[in-house]
Amino acid sequence: MPRKLPALNADNRAFWQGGQQGELLVHRCAACSRYFHPPAPLCPHCASFDVAPQAVSGKGTVLSFTINYQPWTPDLEVPYVVAIIELVEQPGLQFVSNVVGMPVTDVHIDMPVRVSFLNVEDVWLPLFEKDQ
Amino acid sequence: MFDHRYEKDVAITGIGQSEIGRPSTKSAMRLTLDACLEAIADAGLQRSDIDGVACWPGDNNNGDPFSPVGPSALKSALGLNVNWFGGGYEGPGPLTGVINGAMAIAAGLCKHVLVFRTITEASARMLNKQAGALTNKTQGRDSSYAWQWFTPFNVQSGINLMALYAQRHFHEYGTRPEQLAQIALTCRQNAMRNPKALYRTPMSMDDYMASRMISTPLRMFDCDVHCDASTAIILSRRDIAQDQPNKPIRIEAMGAALNQPWSWDQISLTKMAAFDVGEMMWARTDYTPQDVESAQLYDGFSILTLIWLEALGLCPIGESGAFVEGGTRIALEGSLPINTNGGQLSGGRTHGLGYVHEACLQLWGRAEGRQTREHRVSTVAAGGGPLGGSLLLVRE
Repeated sequence: MPRKLPALNADNRAFWQGGQQGELLVHRCAACSRYFHPPAPLCPHCASFDVAPQAVSGKGTVLSFTINYQPWTPDLEVPYVVAIIELVEQPGLQFVSNVVGMPVTDVHIDMPVRVSFLNVEDVWLPLFEKDQ
Repeated sequence: MFDHRYEKDVAITGIGQSEIGRPSTKSAMRLTLDACLEAIADAGLQRSDIDGVACWPGDNNNGDPFSPVGPSALKSALGLNVNWFGGGYEGPGPLTGVINGAMAIAAGLCKHVLVFRTITEASARMLNKQAGALTNKTQGRDSSYAWQWFTPFNVQSGINLMALYAQRHFHEYGTRPEQLAQIALTCRQNAMRNPKALYRTPMSMDDYMASRMISTPLRMFDCDVHCDASTAIILSRRDIAQDQPNKPIRIEAMGAALNQPWSWDQISLTKMAAFDVGEMMWARTDYTPQDVESAQLYDGFSILTLIWLEALGLCPIGESGAFVEGGTRIALEGSLPINTNGGQLSGGRTHGLGYVHEACLQLWGRAEGRQTREHRVSTVAAGGGPLGGSLLLVRE
C-alpha cells in the first residue's frame, strides 16, 4: 500500500531510520533523563541542548485506536488501524502509528504491543503488532 | 491598567453571509464580497468606516479551497483603507480572526474591523475527491511540522485523528454511539427549520446507525458537509457601537490558551486544547457557565461538540454523552440550545465564523423559524485537537 513518506532532516532522521538496525530511537535528554517526542534540538522539559536519540524497548500499549474503513484513494487497502501508542518507558511518550498483523476488530485500548518496522525507500516506519 | 480585560471594549455590530452552496456557481471572491457588504450594511456602516480586516486562516496556501480568499485580496477588491490587517493559519483555531480583530480594536489600532471566512471545499471536491486530503497538504515527501507524523501512517483525513479522541472518550467515560448520534440528530432537526441549511430531510437514529462507518467510532453522519460559502462579521469599538443600529453584542471574554504541545497526538485526547481555552475564558469574566443560554459548538466532527460541552463547563467532565442523550436539553426549546442553524453537520461547513453569525442572529431575535427564547448570553467555540478558541457573547 502506497505511503506518503516524511522528509528526513537532522532532527527526525534517527526516529525514521533506526529500524534499519532494528532499533526504535527516541530523543532523550541527558540533563533530566526524560524522553520526548517529536524529536527536536532542545528538551522541552528542562531546555537542555544535551539531547540525543536513544534506543527504547519498542514495547508499549494502545492508548487509542480507530479502524479506518474509508478508501481515501483507489489503491488504499482498507480496513486498517491507526493508533496512538504509548511506550512503556515513560507516561505520555506517545505517537501515531498503525497496529498490524492481526484482525482489525481484535485491537483494543490498553493492548500490549511491540514495534515491527516496515521499510519503504530510506524510511523504516515503526509499526506495532500485538505483544504476545 | 494591565488587569483590564480589553475584549469587553469590543462588540459585534453587524453580520453577513453569502449563499451556502454545494457547490455555488459564484466565485470565492464574489461569495466573500456578498458576505462582507451585507455585514457592513447590517452594522450601519460604509466601506470607508472599515479600518481593519482579519481572517483565519487567510490565503495561506495559494488559493487552496480551505481558504481561497485572504485579507490582502479582500482589502483590494473592496477598496478599503485600513490601519491594520492580518491572517494566517497559526493561531487558536477558526475564531482566530475574531480574536485578532478584537485585539486590534482593544489596542487602539482600529474602530471597525471586518472579520471574514471563505471556504470553497464543495466545488473543489467536485473536481477532485482528494482535494482536502492531509496527504495533499504538502508536495512530495512530507516535511511539515503538523503532518509528517501522521501521513506516513495513512492518516489521510482529520477524521482519523478525531476518531482517536472519540474512541478514548468512549473508553474512559462510557460514552455510547447513540449519545454521539444525538449531536447529528439535533443538528438535523435544527437544519430542517433553517432554509439555508444544506441537509433538511429528517434523520432518525436508525438512519444514523445505518450510515457508513468511516473511521470507528465515527460514521458519515458524524462528519460535517462541505460547502462554498463566506461569512463576515463587524467588530466595533464598544463606545462607538452604541450609535449603530443593532444592539451591541459585547465580547465579554475570549479563550485562546494552549498549555500543551501544538500537536494532534501529544495533546490530551479527551481534553484537546479546548479545556485550556475554557479555563482561560471563564477566568476573564464574572459570568459563569450557568449563565449561558445558548451555545454554538464546533461540530466539524460530532465528538468535538461533546468535548466542547465539557471544556466550557456546560456539563460535568465525562458526562457530555449523558447530557445530550435524548436531545431534550440541547433542542431549540431546551435549556441549552446548541448549533441552532444545523451546525456544520447539516447546515454546511462554513468553518467557524458561521457559529458566530448564528449566535448573533439568535441574540438579536432574527433567527426566524428556528428562533429560541429571547436571551442575552451565548458562547461560541471552535476547533479540534490543538486548535481551539472561544467567545462569551453578551447582548446589551
